[in-house]
Amino acid sequence: MRPLTLGRLFLRCGILAVVLFVVVVMALKLGAVQVSLYGLGRDLIRVLLHQSSGISTDYGMIVVDIRLPRILLAIVVGASLSVAGTSFQALLRNPLADPYVLGISSGGAVGAIIALMLENQLSFSPEFAGLITPFGAFLGAAITIAAVYFLGRREGQIDSTTLLLGGVITASFLNAIIMFLMSSLAGSNLRGGATYWMMGSLSTLPSKSLLYLLGIGFLVAAGAIYTTSSDLNLLLAGEKEAMHLGVDVRRVQILVYLAASILTGLAVSVSGAIGYVGLLVPHAMRMIFGSDHRMLLPAAALGGAIALVIADTIARTVVAPSELQVGAVTALVGAPFFIYLLRRRLA
Amino acid sequence: MSTPHRTPTPSPSNPTPDQQRANSDVRLSVEQASYVYAPNPSQAPLFTLEALSFQAKPGEIVAILGPNASGKSTLLKLISGALQPLSGRIFLNGFATHDLPPQIRAQRIAFVQQESRLLFPSRVWEFVLQGRHAHGHGLRFVTEEDMAVANNALTQVGASHLADRWMDKISGGEKQRVILARALAQQPLLLLLDEPTLHLDIGAQVDLLESLRRLAAENRYTVIIVTHELNLTGEYADQVVLLQKGKCLRVGTPASVFQRDLLEHVFQAPLTVEMTSSGRPRVTLFNKQ
Repeated sequence: MRPLTLGRLFLRCGILAVVLFVVVVMALKLGAVQVSLYGLGRDLIRVLLHQSSGISTDYGMIVVDIRLPRILLAIVVGASLSVAGTSFQALLRNPLADPYVLGISSGGAVGAIIALMLENQLSFSPEFAGLITPFGAFLGAAITIAAVYFLGRREGQIDSTTLLLGGVITASFLNAIIMFLMSSLAGSNLRGGATYWMMGSLSTLPSKSLLYLLGIGFLVAAGAIYTTSSDLNLLLAGEKEAMHLGVDVRRVQILVYLAASILTGLAVSVSGAIGYVGLLVPHAMRMIFGSDHRMLLPAAALGGAIALVIADTIARTVVAPSELQVGAVTALVGAPFFIYLLRRRLA
Repeated sequence: MSTPHRTPTPSPSNPTPDQQRANSDVRLSVEQASYVYAPNPSQAPLFTLEALSFQAKPGEIVAILGPNASGKSTLLKLISGALQPLSGRIFLNGFATHDLPPQIRAQRIAFVQQESRLLFPSRVWEFVLQGRHAHGHGLRFVTEEDMAVANNALTQVGASHLADRWMDKISGGEKQRVILARALAQQPLLLLLDEPTLHLDIGAQVDLLESLRRLAAENRYTVIIVTHELNLTGEYADQVVLLQKGKCLRVGTPASVFQRDLLEHVFQAPLTVEMTSSGRPRVTLFNKQ
């Protein structure tokens, strides 16, 4: 008998944080332009000391202004997707659930494609235009979140089976709309952008304020989910059983549903629907650390960040100076890994 | 019907001394409680549980007995507070069970369901510690008291040797005992069991009921058990609530409820009832020809 203690929780998270740091340093170093570790360290210290003016080299500019924001974006998006996936797996009591199972990404895609079309029709100032697609995607995701919530209620309470069915149906309906919109874009130069967005990509550089917004959104939503982690452990056994063990099931379900949906919506609105991170990382972390959400949720956040930074680094280095799509990398690496875990569990 | 603790309804955190004195010998009081399942209010109800009353004391085992679809599980859900009675009230030490907040309710009532599904496997000791959830706050890191209570619960059901085993790698009878241990870890006043003997062989059934009788006596639990096992009820229950098609036909000791014509009518099977030397009724079913 070795129950989880605060000390062990911190130790394990600390180890994951060190791994994340190493991965980030490697990701900063690797790329189309080679950077030495020494130069990297020197430039990073200058940034921390607010002496960015001292960085005169092109390398420094590439590292600080191009690679670093992209890595930070990968960290937030990876952590968000992974925490959202873990939460949906518990909420829906379904190990195959991922952040996109309830159609939030499809809603985001519809919003993004409509925004792309509008952006083309109307002329906006450049700095404003960059925000149109994320905003449209988030709006589409938010409308889907609300619609699926009302579909998934039974007798005033979320019912996990009804929610799952309602979400899956909503997703297929929205996917049909996406098909329709895509065929209407045939021959248009927007089609490439829409496809790119649907596959998921981290190549659109986020502005500093957008990064802040994402970071704060992640901390608030993931923190809210974390406060219910011991309730989620019991919710896995079923709604009735959790209620008889003292869980305020209705409150926990609404809170986790909303927070996990917002995490998904935020991630999808800046990076499109990057697949597999939100399905695989939670399972991998469960294999390593067990299914106690007090440990699993922070492990999933750090693991998701690590996985996506690695995937994105592969995406931008393997065929440098061109780029693979990060969604393709996560699927290529993720699918065999998932099959391996599945077979290992069955064996 | 009016009882001294009915008005005003006491708040869960502040029971008045009068109410505690008035109920010192009665722990659970079901007062004219009824329930109706209907798809919506304008349609005819699918099932009606007619108003019924009974009371139970600490240390007592009450069996809710009846054939399928007689309303046994509905009555148990009403007692557990999961359902709200359509009319009447159900009081546990003077508090209406449905009005208790979930966490307080789980400190006083433990509910052992027919089966406990597991999505991801857990160890037996982790499973039993789930019973401590209602007594904790926030992230609920395990305290020494939690550990002691959980160990004691496992010992009480004779399952301490299983502590480090996986829940999905133990037998049905062992699992049932571990589920009971989790309920004991809640340190409840009221222990509710919904057909706990359903998947058990006869030896395990007797084991379980022997444990329940011992636990009820030692820990002063009030045990309510839903079953259609006639002979186990006759042997182990202090009180029987006999239901048929949503009606309560009789409440009383097994000896007074187990009447041949009454049981034949309720269970639609020819049978005989005889009294054993211990004053307990024994039922024998025989062929319809």
